[in-house]
Amino acid sequence: MSSQGTGPDTDQDTRSAPQPARGGDVLREIVTGNAVISVLAVVVAMAVGGVLIAVADSGVRGSSTYFFARPGDTLVAAWRAVSGAYVAMFRGSVYDWQAATFAAQVKPLTESVVYAIPLILAGLGVAIAFRAGLFNIGAQGQIIVGAIVASYVGFAWDLPVVLHLLLAVLGGLLAGALYGAIPGILKGRTGAHEVIVTIMLNYIALYFISWILKQQAFNPGRTGQRSPAVEGSATYPLLVPDLLVPGNSFRLHAGLLVAILATVFTWWLLERSTLGFEIRAVGANQHAARTAGMSVARTLALTMAIAGGMAGLAATAQVLGTERSLTAGVAASIGFDAITVALLGRSRPLGTFLAGLLFGALKAGGFLMQSVTATPIDIVLVVQSVIVLLIAAPPLVRSIFRLPAPPARRRRRPRAARPAGGPSQEVTAP
Amino acid sequence: MKLELRGITKTFGSLVANDRIDLVVEPGEIHALLGENGAGKSTLMNVLYGLYEPDGGQILLDEQPVTFDGPGDAVAAGIGMVHQHFMLVPVFTVAESVALGHEPTSTGPAGLLDLQSARRRVREISERFGFDVDPDAVVENLPVGVQQRVEIIKALARDARVLILDEPTAVLTPQETDELIAIMNELKQAGTTIVFITHKLREVRAVADRITVIRRGQVVGEASPESTEAELASLMVGRQVSLAVDKRPADPREAVFVVEDLSVLSPAGTAVVDRVSFTVRGGEVLCVAGVQGNGQTELAEAVLGLVPAAHGRILLDGSELSRLAVRDRLRAGIGFVPEDRSTDGVVSSFTVAENLVLDLYDAAPFARGPAMSPARVHDNAQERTAEFDVRLTDVQDPISTLSGGNAQKVVLARELSRPLRLLLASQPTRGLDVGSIEFVHRRIIEERDKGTAVVIVSTELDEVLALADRVAVMYRGTVVGIVDAADADRDVLGLMMAGVPLEEARQEASRHHSSLGEADLTAGSEGGLT
Repeated sequence: MSSQGTGPDTDQDTRSAPQPARGGDVLREIVTGNAVISVLAVVVAMAVGGVLIAVADSGVRGSSTYFFARPGDTLVAAWRAVSGAYVAMFRGSVYDWQAATFAAQVKPLTESVVYAIPLILAGLGVAIAFRAGLFNIGAQGQIIVGAIVASYVGFAWDLPVVLHLLLAVLGGLLAGALYGAIPGILKGRTGAHEVIVTIMLNYIALYFISWILKQQAFNPGRTGQRSPAVEGSATYPLLVPDLLVPGNSFRLHAGLLVAILATVFTWWLLERSTLGFEIRAVGANQHAARTAGMSVARTLALTMAIAGGMAGLAATAQVLGTERSLTAGVAASIGFDAITVALLGRSRPLGTFLAGLLFGALKAGGFLMQSVTATPIDIVLVVQSVIVLLIAAPPLVRSIFRLPAPPARRRRRPRAARPAGGPSQEVTAP
Repeated sequence: MKLELRGITKTFGSLVANDRIDLVVEPGEIHALLGENGAGKSTLMNVLYGLYEPDGGQILLDEQPVTFDGPGDAVAAGIGMVHQHFMLVPVFTVAESVALGHEPTSTGPAGLLDLQSARRRVREISERFGFDVDPDAVVENLPVGVQQRVEIIKALARDARVLILDEPTAVLTPQETDELIAIMNELKQAGTTIVFITHKLREVRAVADRITVIRRGQVVGEASPESTEAELASLMVGRQVSLAVDKRPADPREAVFVVEDLSVLSPAGTAVVDRVSFTVRGGEVLCVAGVQGNGQTELAEAVLGLVPAAHGRILLDGSELSRLAVRDRLRAGIGFVPEDRSTDGVVSSFTVAENLVLDLYDAAPFARGPAMSPARVHDNAQERTAEFDVRLTDVQDPISTLSGGNAQKVVLARELSRPLRLLLASQPTRGLDVGSIEFVHRRIIEERDKGTAVVIVSTELDEVLALADRVAVMYRGTVVGIVDAADADRDVLGLMMAGVPLEEARQEASRHHSSLGEADLTAGSEGGLT
């Protein structure tokens, strides 16, 4: 390790000098880097996906056997395969001009939003935790716990129309918040690492839901792995009313409003509230936060509770919106996709919202792409994975697009080493 | 070996750290490189040591141009560097430390580590230069001054003929500094060329043969050691500077801040602050002097509540603080300037405006209930930065864009913006340029004159002597003694910093003046400095 910038009298110019970033700085850049990288990461990921689509296409493979004789054939076939797949994806996720009615033409967009709602909400939860310097891997478990409580309130209680929905949503939110608070409290009190604790809590939630679905209360008819349906009074109302569209098959529900409100709330929380100030201060520099009189333990616990609450809301979008009952697979992979969404959104509320929409669109579009062009839907997974990969390596994206490096930030200087012989037995800088 | 740098230029982005620097160091001379923090001294030496590649210019050793791809090349060419913070492994012995990096191995296929030859080498060098270092001593058990000698031995063991010492005295007591100066003279006699980087005028005059002054990346002049401190200072800063703090005698009032029998334990359970007691009255400055790492940091942290007190009481205006949370202690009227500004004092990614309310963000007028008022935070920042003359382009820029001096002014502006009973500042001018130091000192004295009790923790004797009304010297967690500033002289304080009790220190100091103390006397006769 080099010696730069350690002590009382070191020249400041060594601080602004380029030097290998430390772990915390790398994570911070990954988590809160700039939007350009995010957009370019998506572009590159789509290009990589395109290559895979071409390679997987039988027409391309056929023509490539005589590539050197007539390379044009291969290129044409590749273009057809890739453009066909992406056009199908667009038709399946945004606007389908081949559909007969206007309603059917715009339905893909609403489907994308339906998939996006839980991703946005859970993504916000992950993003808030990121801002406090916490890696919340536990959205999956928080969704499961939130879904259990929200669905139970939804099917087991009998309440008037508006109140029932409110209580069911509140139940999901609180359950997620409590489950999320556990790693926050443990981290603040004992220093237990939140990554490990949340991963373990995910397993606990996963086995808990399998167990509870076998219990009388959740499975009265012994029909299988599905709870009774949530009462109509506890479901999110559909946003496209039946009288507007004949044969209404739109699934878009009021969870969208919850997601929008949650996004605005998150912005207010982080940018305009005292708690948000604490969250950001603790996330950026715990030492300074503590010196300024903030309670780091309290902030960590509250942050994780809010993060869990967001995941709980994501759960309500599933059980009170689209699924309308509890199944073991209720969380699907939302909790993990949410991490990608938050990363792509740079832990910013609006960014997370947009990233959630994109991922919702990829999911919705993937289905049509598979059915129309026989391109495997796994391509979507590849695209998502490449996005994560690129976001985790900003210099790679910068070098692909020949972007300038970000201005060298002044790095935090490590504490000066203390001399030996004195009461403190720390000796020299390593 | 003759060392010559020709037109060395090194830029970082838009920052020109070194601008066409020429430097000639004759064989066997001690050449001081004098400049403020941020002037570009360390960058230049890192270029010379192969850590940075220069953007322009040439390095010549004995008239031969050389290029270094890394420190390995520089070491092979006979350049050795002693970093300000030592690159030693605490649990290694001296011999192992010296062997590290070019471990001697036995001949033969096994190639086993041959510590015997490393041991021999250490003993040889140690005897030749009178280092008095035991090759089998474990590094972490050695005092800092001896650790530094181990670093020098490491360089010499690799046949360094040019030795770069980067701020070597920062961690030493005045007596250890004397010993280092003696060693430097020994090395010079033996023909080693020494480049000595510092911003301390006193040391330069005591040891250097020639002085090159660097300001803002450029060589601004050469000076001889006969120059007065005021001449060197104005050359270094670029204008006339006053080295003394202009202050009236203290007008102490009632006792405001009392520490009684305070002990703080390290995580390992040893007492790092050991039964410390003192009283500070309103309107006086108590400086806590001592070599870094003798419990001052922990003392300050315990007063604020960052580390728990194992024993004893902390009283502010008669009420007990020990059980209060940090926030409540701040609210009780403690202003705290932390020792490590960039770690504890500011959040570097936050804006200047946010940093100015870092400990006030949830109080009126900046917050109402859970909601903060960005407009009030902004207005406050405009006022404070104007009042404290913080140089910046926009208060909404991250504080990381500010220089160290301006960032420290932000911290000070924040802490002095509320009514205080006690101002506790650790190393308030560490890493600052001379202009900022003047400013910070003046504000501290102004706060004192308002009747606030002031405690300054400083390892710089110059600062202690400039600010203090009384001086408490800490050594190994205990207060060795408390002296009135009027009776405090450099030699006595220096001996006390090494653990010698007050009376003994007085007697010993009267028998023997350290060379820096003598420099002090001559400086005094030259221009009334200090």
